[in-house]
Amino acid sequence: MSNPVTVADPNAAPKISPLIRLREFWYYFSVNRGAVIGLVVFTLLVLTAIFAQWLAPHSPIQQYRDALLVPPSWIEGGRPEFLLGTDAVGRDILSRLIHGAQYSLLIGTVVVIIALGAGVVFGLIAGYAGGWVDTVLMRIMDIILAFPSLLLALVLVAILGPGLLNMMIAIALVLQPHFVRLTRSAVLGELGKDYVTSARMAGSGHWRMMFKTILPNCLAPLIVQATLSFSSAILDAAALGFLGLGAQPPTPEWGTMLAEARQFILRAWWVVTFPGLAILITVLAINLVGDGLRDALDPKLKRS
Amino acid sequence: MIRFILNRLLLIIPTFIGITIVAFAFVRILPGDPILLIAGERSVTPERYQDLIVQFGYDRPIWVQYWDYLAGIFQGDFGTSISTKRPVIRDFLTLFPATVELSVCAILFAVTLGVPAGVIAAVKRGSWYDQTLMGTALVGYSMPIFWLGLLLIIFFSGMLGWTPVSGRIDLLYYFPTTTGFMTIDALLSGQDGAFVSALRHLILPTVTLGTIPLAVIARQTRSAMLEVLGDDYVRTARAKGLAPHQVVGQHALRNALIPVVTTIGLQVGVMMAGAILTETIFSWPGIGKWMVDAISRRDYPVVQAGLLLIALIVMAVNLIVDVLYGLINPRIRHN
Repeated sequence: MSNPVTVADPNAAPKISPLIRLREFWYYFSVNRGAVIGLVVFTLLVLTAIFAQWLAPHSPIQQYRDALLVPPSWIEGGRPEFLLGTDAVGRDILSRLIHGAQYSLLIGTVVVIIALGAGVVFGLIAGYAGGWVDTVLMRIMDIILAFPSLLLALVLVAILGPGLLNMMIAIALVLQPHFVRLTRSAVLGELGKDYVTSARMAGSGHWRMMFKTILPNCLAPLIVQATLSFSSAILDAAALGFLGLGAQPPTPEWGTMLAEARQFILRAWWVVTFPGLAILITVLAINLVGDGLRDALDPKLKRS
Repeated sequence: MIRFILNRLLLIIPTFIGITIVAFAFVRILPGDPILLIAGERSVTPERYQDLIVQFGYDRPIWVQYWDYLAGIFQGDFGTSISTKRPVIRDFLTLFPATVELSVCAILFAVTLGVPAGVIAAVKRGSWYDQTLMGTALVGYSMPIFWLGLLLIIFFSGMLGWTPVSGRIDLLYYFPTTTGFMTIDALLSGQDGAFVSALRHLILPTVTLGTIPLAVIARQTRSAMLEVLGDDYVRTARAKGLAPHQVVGQHALRNALIPVVTTIGLQVGVMMAGAILTETIFSWPGIGKWMVDAISRRDYPVVQAGLLLIALIVMAVNLIVDVLYGLINPRIRHN
């Protein structure tokens, strides 16, 4: 620091060519077979969601009154046009599942964007400002974390009213303290380092310091947490839908489909089995990717 | 040690106050008139409305209202349920044992399967066992348990007819409630088959509620074991010629269990969330189902009190786990 010339570019320290970084990342990620499988499944799901309209053989809300609770096509009594059977009002289950992928991915994406955005801002402020700002923010997060997440989301939806958007807000609010804590501790870890000090000496403003200097160096744990939150958002949304507080019928959301199917479980196993399987596969794929990301991004695990 | 416990108690005071503020604020931020919501009435005469305002103390400043609310809590007054017209705390205490019974079974299920699975996976790291066990654990961790519960009902109750679909015991058995724990009460009643019936009713809800804690505990045990197995004292134990099962059982496992105990404690919050779903599926008369019913019936005093009580229970359990952790791990205590 005695030599002012090194202060010229405050961001110089952590810079490695992004291409090399990406290649290194992919090397560690692709070692994990599960993670690659998860990524493939997840990509297929995204494609299914995008092309749902063309992939689905029927409309997700069209009720075929002559085909109530038709079993899957490979079972006796099944019909070839309804591959996975129909539900109690004659809607094609496969088409509803395909369209349901849109909702689950939308819920995951929106929830993560809100939770990540709010969490990063609060975490940066808490860690960077310190003092009473830090104390107050962190106590608030502790209080949110003191409630079981699903319970708090449930009560929030009761306040806001049932529905897709309110449910996403509720889940995002419940998930964001994790991002706040993570960002804050990462910021505290980075604050004392030389590149931050040199940026400060070069006269960076507070906002530049927070978002341009410090934040890019805390990204790895945030990416992992975002992946895990994506899957818990889908699970929680399905649970709320199942309890009748999420997306409302006839929306083909997977949890809502399960809620509608509940009363037929002993008569028609297919109306229950497939929506849940869709949730499980989606969440599992994302968790596999999350595990792979954690291993690939965590420098401690790399060496072992 | 006493200082350590006092310290922890002091630390939870802000959280406690925060929880009460959230519960207090809950009815006041609901859309609609809080007075009518709390009284559970649709339309009232202006005189009656005035009475209600005075009765609930809404004519006084908000901080006085909060103080009264806090004072009420300490005297065990959590409001009155709109649907049962009884004090909320009485309903809560009637239903709570059912949730405790289910949760204890689920935790026992999760620990007895999860810890061995984690140990085996760690000891045989990278093997076929490890991959299968951890793959299964990840599936369990990703499981929508409300769906798992329904599948278990379809298979074991519907197709095989082995287990009952819902409730805590067959309707043929009737005996007075002594402890609130159906299995214990059934044993005390001395009726033939009552205990077995209560147990059979417990199986599917236990598996449903225990699945996610089981997966978490198995994963946590594995990583804790892996960390410990590389330590010097384990190498020493090996070097002095102890049998592998002694090294693992006596030296490694005991130390690996320290973080696992914390994980188990943290599962209580997860269990409370899981109880909401599990109890709804199996019509299990506990506080989870009570909360869901209260929300759909708009019984807001119950929702408010339930939110508060469940959060306080989770807080208390976390405090106990914290203290236990300090007891078994002196490094934490002296920090």
